[in-house]
Parts: sequence; C-alpha cells; structure tokens
Amino acid sequence: MFDNLSERLESAFKQLKGEGRISEINVATTIKEIRRALVDADVNFKIAKEFTDTVKEKALGEKVLTAVSPGQLMVKIVKDELALLMGGDASELDIKNKPTIILIAGLQGSGKTTFSGKLANYLKTKQGRNPLLVAADVYRPAAMDQLQVLADQIKVPVYIDRETKDAVQIAKDAVAQAKRDGNSIVIIDTAGRLAVDEAMMQEVAQIKAAVNPNEILFVVDSMTGQDAVNTAKAFNDRLDFTGVVLTKLDGDTRGGAALSIKYTVQKPIKFVSMGEKLDTLDVFYPERMAQRILGMGDITTLVERAQAQFDEVQAKKLEKKIRANKFDFEDFKEQLNQIKKMGNIKDLLAMIPGVGKAIKDIDISDDAFKGIEAMINSMTPFERNNPERIDASRRKRIAKGSGKEIADVNAFMKQFEQMKQMMGQMNKMKGMGGMPSLPGMPFGK
Amino acid sequence: MGFFNKLFGLNKEQKESLDQGLEKTKTNFFSKIAKALVGKDTVDEEVLDQLEEALIGADVGLNTTVAIINKIESRIKNEKFIRTAALNQVLKEEVMAVLTDAPSHEFETFNLPKDKKPYVLLVVGVNGVGKTTTIGKLAYNFKKNGKQVMLGAADTFRAAAVDQLTIWSERVGVPIVKKEMGSDPSAVAFEAVQQAIAKEVDILIIDTAGRLHNKAHLMEELSKIKRVISKQLPDAPHEVLLVLDGSTGQNALEQAKHFTAATQITALAITKLDGTAKGGIVLGIANQFNIPVKYIGVGERMEDLQIFHKEAFVDSIIG
Repeated sequence: MFDNLSERLESAFKQLKGEGRISEINVATTIKEIRRALVDADVNFKIAKEFTDTVKEKALGEKVLTAVSPGQLMVKIVKDELALLMGGDASELDIKNKPTIILIAGLQGSGKTTFSGKLANYLKTKQGRNPLLVAADVYRPAAMDQLQVLADQIKVPVYIDRETKDAVQIAKDAVAQAKRDGNSIVIIDTAGRLAVDEAMMQEVAQIKAAVNPNEILFVVDSMTGQDAVNTAKAFNDRLDFTGVVLTKLDGDTRGGAALSIKYTVQKPIKFVSMGEKLDTLDVFYPERMAQRILGMGDITTLVERAQAQFDEVQAKKLEKKIRANKFDFEDFKEQLNQIKKMGNIKDLLAMIPGVGKAIKDIDISDDAFKGIEAMINSMTPFERNNPERIDASRRKRIAKGSGKEIADVNAFMKQFEQMKQMMGQMNKMKGMGGMPSLPGMPFGK
Repeated sequence: MGFFNKLFGLNKEQKESLDQGLEKTKTNFFSKIAKALVGKDTVDEEVLDQLEEALIGADVGLNTTVAIINKIESRIKNEKFIRTAALNQVLKEEVMAVLTDAPSHEFETFNLPKDKKPYVLLVVGVNGVGKTTTIGKLAYNFKKNGKQVMLGAADTFRAAAVDQLTIWSERVGVPIVKKEMGSDPSAVAFEAVQQAIAKEVDILIIDTAGRLHNKAHLMEELSKIKRVISKQLPDAPHEVLLVLDGSTGQNALEQAKHFTAATQITALAITKLDGTAKGGIVLGIANQFNIPVKYIGVGERMEDLQIFHKEAFVDSIIG
C-alpha cells in the first residue's frame, strides 16, 4: 500500500543527502518531487500544493543536527504533517446508545455491503455486541441477497423486507424490531448513489431524519481519484457524516483519497477495510498510516494481528516440544495455519519496515504454502510425528501423493531439518521465549 | 442534427444523453480555464498552468498531462501564438490525438462480426466497478439490435453475484448459464461456451468475479478461464473487456497493466461517468497502453451504456 508514494518520497529525500542545512535552493526540488508524488498518489492537486507549502515553511531554516541527515529531517517533517493532516488520534465508534444506529452511505461499488458485514462481525466478535443488519438497498438487483449471505456467514440476524419498496420505511421498521428484540446495534446498509442524484440524496437524508443515527459512515473506495474531494463534500453537506471508511486498501499504490477527504471534510477516518474475508477490518490510525506512506512499515498492525490469532495454550505446548527438540510436521502445519489466519501473506509482509518496497513486484499468493501443505497432508500420522523415519520409499510416496517431484520433497525435508537445527540453537540461548520464527520458509513453490 | 449524426455516429438522443451525463465534468473543467482567460487575447503561461491543473484535476495523470501541455506549448512556439478563442480547438485536437482508435467500426451500433459466432465476450475488472450492471446493459442493447444473447455467470465468489446476473437475464429476457456459488468459474465458462455453440447464439457474455489486480492467484484464475474458453473455440474469447470505474484515479493504470498481463485486454468500458468524475483516466490509459475504449456508462438507464465515440466524448468534455 502506498508503495509508489514511499518510493517517490525516498528518491526525493535522496537529493537532500549530504546538505548541512535545509535551504530555499536545496528544498525546491524535493518539494516539487513530494508534490508530484502526492498527485501521482491521487491526492487532490490543490491539497498537495497546500500541503507541500506547509512542509516547505516548516523545513526552511531547520538546522540539521549532526545525528540526522537532512533527508531524515524532511521525512520527520513530512510524516508529522501527514499524521496531523489525517487527524490526531485514533477515532473510535460511538456505540454507547442502546440501540446504536449506524447508517452506511456511499457511491455505487464502494464496498458498502461488504463493509456492513465486516462491521457487524467486528462488533460481534471484538466488542461482544449483538448487531442487526438492515438491507435498505431496494434498487440494485440481489443486493438484499448479498447482505443475507454475508449475515449468514457471520451468524448475525438480518432485516429484509422484499415487499416494501421504500428504504425509509424499511429503516424505521428495522429499528423498531431491533428495539423489540434487544439488538444493541443496528447497521443500515443503503443503496449506492451519486452525489449529483438529487432524488437519491434526498432518500438517504430522509432515512437519516427518520432513524436519527448515532454514526453515519461514508464508505469510499481508496482507489478514487481527484473527484474524491467533491463526492465527500457533497455527501457531507447533505448528511454531515460522522466518519469515513476506506475500502479496498489491499490494492497497490495510492490512498491519496484518504488525505484529500480528511483535509476537505475534517471528519475522522474510522476504519480501513482490506480483502473479502469478513474478519479483515482494521481501525484507522493516522500515525500508522503516515508511517506507511513514508515506507516505515506498519509493524504495530502486524503485531496486533498476530496477537489476535495467538493461542497461548498452543504456544506453550509448542515451546515444550521445541525445547525437547521434538518439533514435527504436525506442529509445522499448525504454525502454517496460524500464519494463514492472520490474513493475506503479501499484506502481512508489506507491513514489515523496508519489506513493502522489496516485494512489490513479487507474486506471493495465499497459495504460497499449498505445496508444503500438500506434502504434509500426504504423510501418514506416523510420518508426521517421526520426521526422521521418512526414508526414500516414503518420500517417493509423499511426492506422488502431493503431485510434487521427489526433489521437491527432498528439498522440503532438508529445509525442515535446518529449521529444526536452528530451533535447537535458539534453545541454547537463554531467555528466548515465545513463538519461534520460521527460518528458511520457501515461498512460491 | 444531421451533421452531428455523420460526425459522431450518434443519433440526437444519444448525443443528448452523453452531453447530459458529462455535463458536470464539462462545467467544472471550463470554469477553471475560463478564469485564466479573462481579458486575454493569446495563450500564455498562466493559461497553460490552469490547463495543466484542469487536466490533473480530471484524473488525466501527471505524465499524460505533461505530454499534452508540451505539445500545446510547442504549437504555440511554431504558430507564434494561439488565440484564446482557438484554445478549445487546439486542446480538442491534442486530446483526440492521445485517444486510441477502436480497431473496428463494426461495433458502432451493437453489431457483431459475421464470421465469429458465437462471439465470446469476457468481462473482467476489480471489485465494485459495475461489471454485472454493464453486462446487463450490454445484453439489453445487443438484444435490442436483434442479436441472440446468452449470459455466463462465472462470478461464483461474491455473495449473490449469480442472483444479480440472473435478475438481469430475466429483466432483459436472455438465457443464462450458471452453477451454484463457489463452483469453479472455469467450469461455468466451459459450459457456457458449449451451450452457446449448441444453441447457436450470436453473443455470449461471461461475467467474472471482481478481483484486485495485485492478487496473483486470482489473476491466474482469470488466465485459466481464458484458456478453457480458447480450447473449445480457438479464436475465443473474441473480446476481453476491462471495466473501469470512471471515478478511479491513477490506480486505473495499474489495473490496466495487470489485467493485460493476465488476459490481454482488448477493450475498455468506463462506468459511472454521470457523476462529477471526469474519467480522465481514459486519456492516461490510451496514452500508455493503446487499449481503445469501447463502451461508456453515463447513467442509470439501459440506453445509458453507449458505444464510445472519441469525437463525441471529447466534444462533451471540452465543449
């Protein structure tokens, strides 16, 4: 994410290398590069201009301390400014009311329905709430079916009324039902609409007036171009929304829309949404996003994802086995599953500082582990528990069973042995607790 | 209006619908340049700066904008000066020069080449650009033009995608080939092509699941769908249509790049141009990839999916 922007900024900062003080002359090219990078990342050109003017003002005359290079100093100034622009501290949902009513609005195809499902899942699993999803899109064919399918997947009740063709009435009825049934949250998924479509904008304004929502979330595709500013402004003028949701953030490049929207409407970005798995919804942290933009990685989110999937009992068991040097293929498979649960592997790797850029053009699919899994699955339970007993004829069978060459199996066995050895060495180092890393993991086989 | 007919290949109604759809774009674009033009006879730096901002603001992209501005600049040098009154014409000419011509004019009225039957049209794109809606409208327009249409529901992934396409098939009154959710999209494509051949339809339009272009395994799935189709009909798919959201920014270039690598995109459809978005990405893509735009969506109605005519488009944007 934002890979290009970070790269462009990096190259821009290189030009400052070796200078002792930031001056009008040496900063001019850098500023221009930053502006170009921002525009290339779909930041609105006017906002990019204002932003770089501010950065320039702050940077000029800054004394470069011996400890930091001018480039590093500029990074800091730009980062601070970006974080400031994207809005102070993390902003949480206001869900004190009972029931809390959340209205979801946005353009067609921005990902409202998928986000509604994710939000319901998030509030149910992470906050222990009992949400009701409401299908208030009476226009798009099968929109109601889509929400129904998602609701079934996450086991959340859904309010669907196929007879009433009036979205305002549906919203009202749904809220009444939620009050009766004791749902603590009502999430109203509305139809996609263009900001210039007067009748449709009126409809959503009427829904707002009818149910008086506690939160109105404006959902926007993070790939949106220069027009993000106009759309956000038009929706905000009409709905005075309480927060922004950035979707499809697992695509490559840009995200400039995030800056533009925040700058224009001054409303917090509350969530970022990636992927189609219903459990990949992240709270938006401006500071982290600024770090990402500057290629500093997003290690905090990575750690949180790891923690969310971390099973302490399992880990203790594993640690014991490693200490006894008894790590086997069953454990290995378990570890793979843990990693896979954390989400898309490329996304995960991209969060590690410095890695994002390096893997930009490398294809790492979620299937990266498939070959390895196939080989492990082709082993008998005895073989999995006793890796050292896997001889030539067993290897031959495993290769056949997994559709691999014997050479692949041999290579995998060798890597596994090396990994075990390394774990053994780690054992000898005192005070090393927690989860073992997985060295020599073969990707892309 | 006879003149328009000839010039743009559109009837009066179509041109009006296009103008209406792109009205927001036009107003916005011109109000910007108009300010710089006040009280001036000739085009100067300030006017060019405004023009540059207007193009970037329309999502044309930095590289393509610079290319267009440079061309106008060199014309100013060669022709000594350009009167502000002529700026429109010059701008139109340069923008037109960037746009790629569609390879064939057979499609101007939703016609199909006679020697390709069934004509297989594979529709691809990222999530939420409007693939299924575009297919519904394409089906309507081809049918209206007397063609036998069949739909293939190979988006077996997104919740209720098959239902959505089924509703469209009922609305338009064309047959649909589908399997249950979660089945192999290649298998759906395979069966759809078989049935299209057996039932001797004129055109088979295949829907695929939205996918972000940086997900390698999903792009590989698309290549596989294409291979499966080619195995049954050697020259099919005859058209691979990449649907782009008109409000997408520079990421559209990445989309074009990756989808082309996976399936050799032959044409583009740009949707949602009836908002305030400018669809300037059309220029950026034409400039860098030489892929022609074939269809544009300028409104909700079935008729609002139009065959793209660059003259009419440029005329509607620049005026």
